[in-house]
Amino acid sequence: MTTLAPETESQLIEAMRWAVAAEQPLELLGRGSKRGFGRPVQAAHTLDLSRLSGIVSYEPEELLLVVKPGTMLADLSAALAERRQMLAFDPPDLSPLWGGAAGAGTVGGLVSAGLSGPRRLKAGAVRDHVLGISAVSGRGDLFRAGGKVVKNVTGYDLPKLLTGALGTLGALTEIVLKVLPAPEVTRTLVLAGIDGAAAHQAMADALGSPAELAAAAWVPAGLPWPGLPPRTPCVLLRLEGVAVSVEARLGHLGRLLEGRAATAVLEAEDSARLWAELRDAAPLARQPERAVWKLSVPPMQGMAVLDRIRTALPGSIGWLDWAGGLVWVGLPDGDARAGLVRGALPGEGHATLMRAPDGVRATTPVFQPQPEPLARLTARVKAQFDPKGVLNPGRMAAGG
Amino acid sequence: MRMPVPDERIIRERGTLIARLQAAVPGGVVVDETSMRPFETDALTAYRQMPLVVVLPASTDEVAAALRVCRAMGVKVVPRGAGTGLSGGALPLADGVLLVLSRLNRILEIDYDNRAVRVQPGVTNLAISQAVAGRGFYYAPDPSSQIACSIGGNVAENSGGVHCLKYGVTANNLLGVEFVTIDGEVIRLGGKHLDPEGYDLLGVLTGSEGLLGVVTEVTVRILQKPETARAVLLGFPSVEAGGATVAAVIAAGIIPGGMEMMDNAALNAAEDFVQAGYPRDVASLLIVELDGPAAEVDHLITRVEAIARGHGASYCRVSASEEERLAFWAGRKAAFPAVGRISPDYVCMDGTIPRRTLPAVLTRMEALGREYRLRVANVFHAGDGNLHPLILFDANDADEFDRAEKLGAAILRLCVEVGGVLTGEHGVGIEKRDLMTDQFGAEDLAQQMRLKCAFDPDGLLNPGKVFPTLHRCAELGRMVVQGGRLPFPDIPRF
Repeated sequence: MTTLAPETESQLIEAMRWAVAAEQPLELLGRGSKRGFGRPVQAAHTLDLSRLSGIVSYEPEELLLVVKPGTMLADLSAALAERRQMLAFDPPDLSPLWGGAAGAGTVGGLVSAGLSGPRRLKAGAVRDHVLGISAVSGRGDLFRAGGKVVKNVTGYDLPKLLTGALGTLGALTEIVLKVLPAPEVTRTLVLAGIDGAAAHQAMADALGSPAELAAAAWVPAGLPWPGLPPRTPCVLLRLEGVAVSVEARLGHLGRLLEGRAATAVLEAEDSARLWAELRDAAPLARQPERAVWKLSVPPMQGMAVLDRIRTALPGSIGWLDWAGGLVWVGLPDGDARAGLVRGALPGEGHATLMRAPDGVRATTPVFQPQPEPLARLTARVKAQFDPKGVLNPGRMAAGG
Repeated sequence: MRMPVPDERIIRERGTLIARLQAAVPGGVVVDETSMRPFETDALTAYRQMPLVVVLPASTDEVAAALRVCRAMGVKVVPRGAGTGLSGGALPLADGVLLVLSRLNRILEIDYDNRAVRVQPGVTNLAISQAVAGRGFYYAPDPSSQIACSIGGNVAENSGGVHCLKYGVTANNLLGVEFVTIDGEVIRLGGKHLDPEGYDLLGVLTGSEGLLGVVTEVTVRILQKPETARAVLLGFPSVEAGGATVAAVIAAGIIPGGMEMMDNAALNAAEDFVQAGYPRDVASLLIVELDGPAAEVDHLITRVEAIARGHGASYCRVSASEEERLAFWAGRKAAFPAVGRISPDYVCMDGTIPRRTLPAVLTRMEALGREYRLRVANVFHAGDGNLHPLILFDANDADEFDRAEKLGAAILRLCVEVGGVLTGEHGVGIEKRDLMTDQFGAEDLAQQMRLKCAFDPDGLLNPGKVFPTLHRCAELGRMVVQGGRLPFPDIPRF
């Protein structure tokens, strides 16, 4: 059992070539804050990438940031905030969900896990903001793909492929990120006492208007949320932009949704606190005994999916983000019950087991099982990047 | 342009191939020369090649059946949408089947509440926006060819448009696809939900230029139209001042709906053609469009105007009506045909550069134009650094054509040299294929080709495009592993 902690790209190549030649599987880690995500890795050795760290370049006017994977996300966010910019996909901090301290994650981990927050609805996912990468493949070779400009169609979009691949296709050595201006003003329109189909329709109608929502969520009566009336299901509509614009759109939404529910407006800090709770799945982080699932479904199906699970398993808790398209569910205990949860899907979409004890994750398909032709293609893609299976074996799928 | 040497065996077996394709796609096989003629080129018209056979399937099953025939016989396949591509991605092969998706042209489902539209690949880009316009929605990516280009082609090329700085390119607006592999297997990725499961194969399929699979169904997200849009025309005494204004607008935290630049040659050609009301005496002209609620648009236009004045703008006009806004754009949108009027032929390049390098790149481009004795007019998606230099030449003059090609290559190499890329939205195709080694190292390209091997191990899908040298998958898969011994004296270990 060895931990290799390369400090340079060439050391990383050397380490990888050893692992390939000796056919010794590696567990790739940044700070390890997301080890609870995916299946437990079966590897004798650890490849610690946390020393490949630091911002390589940041050009606010080009909306571009080049960073090494071991850079702490918190450091990067601070650098962006100084220039009033942000990662528009709203990166969540799920470390506490997996039992770690807040702010413990790296950029490499964030990109590899492909985690996006509530703004994903409008701004796109992590993969929409990864413009370029360098990585060392499971062949021990360094390759670059993408570029350092915001618009590029030269060659295959390998940056998207490696985003969310959980280190199973390569060890990242450099990441080029698209950044965007942070909004001047953020406010949230709360519709209080709205449930079921009415909640869905309110979100759909708001998104079907020119109000340009940055995020839309629904929370049930059962959970305490900062700034919201107690024991009241609420629709949350987040607006961002220059002050005059947010004001105008709030007025527009108010008229559109008039009479459907009691309304209130959360101002800057209150709004930010509430959305951070949703983004980081904070209520579930505070209840570590529950198995946690995340389901991606057509937005109008979210409530029905959540209801099916809550009916079958009383004591489950959950809420809807992405206008209903993302369902967070905490089951009553640590048992994952994959068949039941996946059975609640409406015939499309997928369910990911976000948290469960190691033993459960080792025996449950954490990611949605794929139909046969797709599973075979996935295995062929993996083999082209990692023919000896040395990169995070088993992290995404058993035997893969 | 060197293409793969046609396989005589395949050409000899044409009769058998036709018979088997006719069984697979009844009524959809075109074999006579006159009917095949319209397919001999796409919008990169300098290159022409008659295909071996043209197949027009009418369903996913027929696409799969045709591909199975080709795979079984070892026949190459070139997929084609509407044929509006500018990089030669749909150039036929003499020993290949041209698989034309234009008969798959139905809108299958419009789902307003989930903000998704499911269509067949032959539906045009604009038809999607038109189909949902009644409810105030639209499909955001708007390539200049949107009236004719197909959504399947947009997926293959990852097409952009003038609004993609704010609203993204095709990849950012795509929810799902159904595609057929060269083995004839039908695979669905994504749907009306966000983020497909597993590896982001949707991401790599988008922009893969027909080398990985044949898309047979597309699900896109639709957006609600902004309440208002207004444009401002800004003229500058120098290109530098225009470029600096673009950077300053973005640095101020403003992401306009569109931000386009034209140089003096391009704006005068456009003005001659459509009388858009452009000032003729400025060195560079910016069109900045702001969209959103009226209050926001008014506010931001004032700020953009102030930034431009601060950078020495000598001309500033804000559109006072929808007609005037459209007139501003009419000039820009007519820039290519306008340049076509002042020159017998032109070729449109498509590099992207870091915006800060714009003045230097334009100066060097002028020098290159002198060196190759050709005129260059520039239009520029300034917001995202995507250059469209138009090289003016006469195709009847072989020497001019040769110089135009060389100048184009020199310009693209310049884009790479300053930190940019060969293509921002038109694709590599055959046009930029041989320049790929200027942007990518051997290992970078090898890993891209290995990805292709996972989809198409025999290299039957659109060979001769994108990659300058064809390697066999067995060769790419070979591993020469060096080292293999612990310890490494230099690597920290625990």
